[in-house]
Amino acid sequence: MSFQFDVGVLAVQGSFAEHMQILSEINCPAMEVRSQKDLEQVKSLIIPGGESTTIGKLVRRFDLIEPILGRASEGMPIWGTCAGLICLAKDLGPSDPPILGLMDIKVQRNAYGRQIDSFETAIELDSTQGDPFHAVFIRAPIIVSIGPNVEVVATIGQNSIVAVEQDQYLATSFHPELTDDPRFHLRFVSKIKG
Amino acid sequence: MTNNGSNETPLPNDASGKDSTGETATWRVKTGLAQMLKGGVIMDVTTAAEAEIAEEAGAVAVMALERVPADIRKEGGVARMSAVEKIEEIQKAVTIPVMAKARIGHFVEAQILDALGIDYIDESEVLTPADDRNHIDKTVFRAPFVCGCRNLGEALRRISEGAAMIRTKGEAGTGDIVEAVRHMRQLWDGIRSLQNMATDELPTAAKELQAPLELLREVKELGRLPVVNFSAGGVATPADAALMMQLGADGVFVGSGIFKSDRPSAVAEAIVKAVTHYQDPIVLAEVSRGLGAAMRGEAVASIPVEEQLAGRGN
Repeated sequence: MSFQFDVGVLAVQGSFAEHMQILSEINCPAMEVRSQKDLEQVKSLIIPGGESTTIGKLVRRFDLIEPILGRASEGMPIWGTCAGLICLAKDLGPSDPPILGLMDIKVQRNAYGRQIDSFETAIELDSTQGDPFHAVFIRAPIIVSIGPNVEVVATIGQNSIVAVEQDQYLATSFHPELTDDPRFHLRFVSKIKG
Repeated sequence: MTNNGSNETPLPNDASGKDSTGETATWRVKTGLAQMLKGGVIMDVTTAAEAEIAEEAGAVAVMALERVPADIRKEGGVARMSAVEKIEEIQKAVTIPVMAKARIGHFVEAQILDALGIDYIDESEVLTPADDRNHIDKTVFRAPFVCGCRNLGEALRRISEGAAMIRTKGEAGTGDIVEAVRHMRQLWDGIRSLQNMATDELPTAAKELQAPLELLREVKELGRLPVVNFSAGGVATPADAALMMQLGADGVFVGSGIFKSDRPSAVAEAIVKAVTHYQDPIVLAEVSRGLGAAMRGEAVASIPVEEQLAGRGN
């Protein structure tokens, strides 16, 4: 298969324009994805920040779940930021069925509280990634636990895991698309083959 | 669920790390929530049951109100902040963000909403103004604010007072889209004029717009407002919502248009889909089917200017 664009940004709702902007700054060919037809044109997918409840309902309503899972099983890289992380998680707690369920992580939604508790802070990246990253957390989820095949990419202090990687998947509970530091975008783009 | 509990690594993750290191209520955090709402629909609701319908339909947030604007318009009287119990009931009913309105200039209503942990405060012309000269100083609150505007000058005055999100006013409670269109066009006309101006013309433009020069410079460079801008006031159909998106809105507020229609959940869901696929007439045709009668509405041209809400605030 030959795909026209390196990255597709899921554009059903949320901060997709912000992701597109950073991708254009790092000269990465990208397009907005709203349908199955769009999905067939991209090598990888970013699921942006937004309202996870809304994005979850819309990917179902627009019949995007099966096509995304199909591409994922062929190895398509996917990165979820905040709401996108929730879409990727296998376990959202007992009352909440998973949306895509591709990553072996347990996540608690809105775990830091309401908007007044949203915050920004410097986070520690794993040793290969250099300086701390300035991260913005908006009504952010917490990664409660991770499976054995999941790697920790970033933490707040020693304890809270806020970015993880598993196979071709990347998930962050914060929003690199709200800052002008492209390191996470570059890291994701490096996963794309061919 | 395929998670194998025995393989999980338990984490000492009590979220306590954030308090010691994180900075809350910053400009980026306040404007950031609005960025997460983009491409979405914010719905007016008056009860927990309506909030649940809105959430199920795919709303990105709800606006907790005592009465929808159409009823405020019909019944008259002083329109104030919603009852605290009402707001709390709605906060408990949904996981999406809950917004609520304070009267223009009524900074104590805003303090109360902030204390309730509301996710966004709308300093709104739909309520009866509490101050006919001054708006709230929005910089001193933890909760972010959204404010209405009819044009670029008004938008920038609100931003300079601390608004982290803007909505064009339209004329609330009418179901008539004409004012929403007028205000959105006026706003973009203002932005395009700035882009065409020479740098040395900006100080005079700032005087004319009664807005800070620094914000004019920023708008000229960005080619848009420095915060998210939704459309409000008159959206009643999926076509109205897509019209406002094509005219340059980042998302849409729908007030009376949903719960004053024949089939609220169908209309709500259709408007949500229309906002995502606002550029695709085939999808728009599909979602416009089977919705029953839209709210009857009231043409703005038949409402005396002094009774129009959009003129409130400065």
